[in-house]
Amino acid sequence: MSTAFTPAYAAPAHGPAYALSDTRVMIARGLRRSVRDPEAFITALALPVILMLLFVYVFGGAFNAGVGAAGGYANYVVPGLIVLCAGFGAGTTAVAVATDMSSGIVDRFRSMPIASASVLAGHIVASLVRNLLATALVIAVGLAVGWRPEADPLAWAGALAMIVAFILAMSWLAACFGLVVSSPEAASGATFALMFVPYLSSAFVPASTMAAGLRPIAANQPFTPVIETMRGLWMGHTSTGAALGHEALLAAVYCAAILVAAASTASWLFRHRTAGR
Amino acid sequence: MTYTVKATGISKAFRGKTVLDGVDLAVPAGRIAALLGPNGAGKTTLIRILATLLRPDAGSATVAGHDLLADPVGVRRSISLTGQYAAVDDMLTGEENLRMMARLRHRSPCAARGRATELLAAFDLADARGRLVKTYSGGMRRRLDLAVSLVARPELLVLDEPTTGLDPRSRERLWSAVRGLADDGVTVLLTTQYLAEAEQLADQVAVLHQGRIVAEGTASQLKAGLGADSLDEVFLALTAPADDAADSADGTADAGPSTARRAAPPTRRTADAVPSATRRTPEVTR
Repeated sequence: MSTAFTPAYAAPAHGPAYALSDTRVMIARGLRRSVRDPEAFITALALPVILMLLFVYVFGGAFNAGVGAAGGYANYVVPGLIVLCAGFGAGTTAVAVATDMSSGIVDRFRSMPIASASVLAGHIVASLVRNLLATALVIAVGLAVGWRPEADPLAWAGALAMIVAFILAMSWLAACFGLVVSSPEAASGATFALMFVPYLSSAFVPASTMAAGLRPIAANQPFTPVIETMRGLWMGHTSTGAALGHEALLAAVYCAAILVAAASTASWLFRHRTAGR
Repeated sequence: MTYTVKATGISKAFRGKTVLDGVDLAVPAGRIAALLGPNGAGKTTLIRILATLLRPDAGSATVAGHDLLADPVGVRRSISLTGQYAAVDDMLTGEENLRMMARLRHRSPCAARGRATELLAAFDLADARGRLVKTYSGGMRRRLDLAVSLVARPELLVLDEPTTGLDPRSRERLWSAVRGLADDGVTVLLTTQYLAEAEQLADQVAVLHQGRIVAEGTASQLKAGLGADSLDEVFLALTAPADDAADSADGTADAGPSTARRAAPPTRRTADAVPSATRRTPEVTR
């Protein structure tokens, strides 16, 4: 760790065409790696399916007695599961970044005349693709188990934009975790928390049903406006009672803030951290 | 004489511990130079500085004519680094690794594929081209590592302990690959703890100890200078601890602060021995 934060060189001056080509190569690398770890890949795809079935058919009956979603619990839980799966996907991204940093390959990349941002960009885009795949599965299984959104195409586009923004914010945050910690195992542990944050939001039950002490936390933490924006766009109403516009604005501000802070921190860390030692 | 590497007064400290203490190094174009030293001597730190991965605290260097501090991108274009830990992607196949690196050297997809095929054949990996690298043996991985360094012909190939952990046969194959490159005019700078490796491969040997170059010359010059029969004796004489309190090399990585610098500076005995070796080799020193 002695060299961990020793400043090396700033990013090289580089033509945009080369930077684009480097980034394309790195994205291809990230996507290839995603499918090369069959266990992780299958887990990532099985998780949304299993959770959806669990929440709708096991917990759904009891939960919906309190939630009261018309047409069944599936009409409540879909945005929450999308966010939960994005948290899980972020963990995968953090581990991928930490694995890179603890192996010699980043040293090789950094000693080559390539755009250094391309290495992280490859991870982020691969993360986005993996998470969108998981999201598509949540939506498909949701529709199969009785989810009936009432959204027009414009609202669907809005919900999709919300998901993309949220996944990007989580992916950059995960990249930061992966860069800060020293090992893939630690990265996995650090992002484990992200999988529990949704439980303390309006993902599975409305914040108003929680213990008084938890209510303000659940109602105001960043995941809730993201979930409520999707819920409002798809179902026509939020679970907090706040206007859709209010939740959407809050969600956009949260995502933008996390995105800017995490992306700039990750880029700085990448330039200043050297691999492993 | 043209020098591919010319470094002057390179110093580096980590949290107050001096790892490199004014290192001068000159490697003539087309030569194989070995940087020899025990664990913690600062070999990896020097390599990382010359490969633009670390900034020196003091000193200057040109690599293939590019100033290290003013033109790091120029340096990166001219070098290929094979680090101490195999720098290949375990989750890709051997061929994918080569194609990826060729694309990152901005070759066209078609040229990248062609180059990958050539290198797989040259490094005896054609049969394993479609297998994930994580299934490769240590020797195969090292050969791939070297092949990856050569997707574009570098002016300087930097190898940090290239044969550590390899069996004798794999080591021999790697040596012959390095010799072949030198025959093609590629300058090679390698670090090693193996004296046999330095003796077998290198045109010039620099012994790094406690952050300083304590001797340099050809292997035979170093032996003659110290009246030693083997490079082992030279090595032991030059890198002996200054006193009993200094612990010996213990297997930790280079540049680790705990072993990077021992209690005392090089002994007088060492300092006496050096000039006799270096004086005879004006063309490979400064």
